[in-house]
Amino acid sequence: MKKTGKALKLLAGVSLLLGVLGGSATAQDKPKELKIGITTFLSGPAAVFGEPGKAAAEMIAADINKKGGIGGVPVALSFVDEGAGGEALVSNYRRLVQDEKVDATFASISSGSCNQLVPLAEDLKMLNFMWDCGAASILEAKKYRYSFRSQANATPEMLAVLVYLLKTKPNFKTIAVVNQDYAWGRESWEIFSTALKQMKPDVQVVAELFPKFGAPDYSTEVSRLMALRPDVVFTTSWGGDLDTLVRQAGQRGLLQQSTFVLAIGESSVQRLGKDLPEGLIIGARGDHWFLHPEKKNDAAFKAFNEAFKAKTGSMPIYPVYHMAQAFAALQGAYDKAIKANGGKWPTREQVVDAAPNLEFVGFGRPVKLRAEDNQGLEAQLVGVTKKADGFNHMVLDNMMIFDAAAITTPAGQKSVEWLKTLKPDFVKMDVPVFQHGK
Amino acid sequence: MNSTLFVLASLDGLSYAALVFLVSVGLSLIFGVLRIVNVAHGSLYAFGAYLAASLSLLVTPISPWLTYPALLVASLVIGIVAGGLIERLLLSRVYGREEVLQLLITFAVFMIMDNLQRMIWGVQPIYAAEPLKLLPNVSIFGVSYTSYQVIVLPIVAVLALFGLRYFLRRTLMGAVILAVTEDREAATAIGINAQRVYLITFIIGATLAALGGALASPTTSLVPGMGTEMIVLSFAVAATAGLGQIEGTAITALAIGMARAFVIYLQPEFEVLVPYLIMVAVLLVRPEGLFGATKLRKI
Repeated sequence: MKKTGKALKLLAGVSLLLGVLGGSATAQDKPKELKIGITTFLSGPAAVFGEPGKAAAEMIAADINKKGGIGGVPVALSFVDEGAGGEALVSNYRRLVQDEKVDATFASISSGSCNQLVPLAEDLKMLNFMWDCGAASILEAKKYRYSFRSQANATPEMLAVLVYLLKTKPNFKTIAVVNQDYAWGRESWEIFSTALKQMKPDVQVVAELFPKFGAPDYSTEVSRLMALRPDVVFTTSWGGDLDTLVRQAGQRGLLQQSTFVLAIGESSVQRLGKDLPEGLIIGARGDHWFLHPEKKNDAAFKAFNEAFKAKTGSMPIYPVYHMAQAFAALQGAYDKAIKANGGKWPTREQVVDAAPNLEFVGFGRPVKLRAEDNQGLEAQLVGVTKKADGFNHMVLDNMMIFDAAAITTPAGQKSVEWLKTLKPDFVKMDVPVFQHGK
Repeated sequence: MNSTLFVLASLDGLSYAALVFLVSVGLSLIFGVLRIVNVAHGSLYAFGAYLAASLSLLVTPISPWLTYPALLVASLVIGIVAGGLIERLLLSRVYGREEVLQLLITFAVFMIMDNLQRMIWGVQPIYAAEPLKLLPNVSIFGVSYTSYQVIVLPIVAVLALFGLRYFLRRTLMGAVILAVTEDREAATAIGINAQRVYLITFIIGATLAALGGALASPTTSLVPGMGTEMIVLSFAVAATAGLGQIEGTAITALAIGMARAFVIYLQPEFEVLVPYLIMVAVLLVRPEGLFGATKLRKI
């Protein structure tokens, strides 16, 4: 009995020791900080999106840390400039993962960057949220484990704008396009025009203009459009290119002659001020607008917008909200993984396992990460410009918010193929309409 | 293409060519005299545009008409200050050295100025259209044009062309510049200060680049990277004309501007390629450029 007692005491001691060691091992596994590597444009024309995105990331990280971090761990950010170009971007991404040992990445703004970094993230087994890039093909071509898109892609973004146009201007006969001559400009037009042919086959495309990316002058394009007199002019241009196009068109009366559709114009509305006339159709790459009709009275939304304005001088634009969504997705995945792990700090694989089917809220309607292809299902807001008291720029009116599921390519299908199956009655979908200020 | 579209395309080509000429001719002049390919020329264009826009926004509340002198002041400030500093502090140390070293130095200046531009003016597009808005539009075949683009810009370009011709061929300073261009050692031997000639020439070239930017500022959004776009096009124009050829640069800028405009009307997918297709075609046949002559005087 004595021997048995001794053995039990020894066993208990060992168990206690293991327990203590085990406990301390779990505590050590919880890192001092959660490192996030973010690729964004800090140079070049796309810095108009990248810099606000960076400012948003810094604000949101500070706020998360103020509230105790993610799962009790403060976040720390590292930024990489996408503007440095392909090889430098890849090298810097490797450095983030292998040298700085980041725990997650948000990559990227450009679809070209995403095309490079998503396979690399897969090789490096790095949890990655594609926070702003729009090319649908990335997640349609292959199933990835480690990369998730925390927002929509170009297909629902263009489809929402098209349905809005068809609902509000059903009788137009001719259309022209002026898009930047690079992947986004070409792909967005392919999506839009493919769907247009299905939904309104009688429309004639009178001009397809793809000026050089960064073109300083659109005079000739404007002259040609003025001579052609299309009912609708569609553009997915952005940044300085869009500003120049819109202003040169406005100065010469083209904005009054044709209905302009600025498919991602939300990001330029504040900057263009009174140079934008009323009646332009504006898309927002998601349900993003600092006067979001369903969120405008939300205290957190208002506080974030005001804080962002205080920091940068402008109200947020869509990349800012996309950045917020990436953080919300990361936080949601960690919270879910911690819960599934019995409250203990999860491994990266456990966080990755938690991401599919995750639903999270940024500063718009909830977004869901579709499990089949890791594609985010995000609502789309489209409106029309209108003057409003108290603003030195146009606001959006007659806003429609499209439900993500209704306009997103079904999982397992390729966007262009799916668009070819659409019928004219697709436009008859029910969409809530919101007036400015109501 | 009917006659109406022909006229419209010609007008578009003319206004585009005017801006391209102003920038290209400065590049060509600097190469003709200093024998340096100045990659930083694009940054001088961008700085001219940004400073002009800043000054315009500053003076508009006082009187919108002050924006016109503001464009000129901005060009002169950038040309004299930035151009003078670049020439005195950097280029004056590498005259006669390997061309690759000169190229690398101007490239470094270009990168530094690009970052400086971002630090000073930020990354959000800037627009200051007041000079353009002051003038009425003109209607041609029912198509509205801004007077600024189809009248002011071409007039300034023509004035710059003839002013430069007059300066180089009818003034003592012009003769001195030509003398240094022809034979620096002989010019120095007869008492000409070649260093001073280089400084003045570089300032004139830099001022022309800045003037191009300043005049472009009311028509376009100023964004990071705008200098890159312009320097590439300017090289194409200057190389097609033959580096150092002033009148040739004017004719080539006009040809490329016109070709671009007509292509947008007829085959818009070739718009981006046109200047470079013309350049390649010309250089294959005449490596010295359309108006270049290796043994003749360069300006």
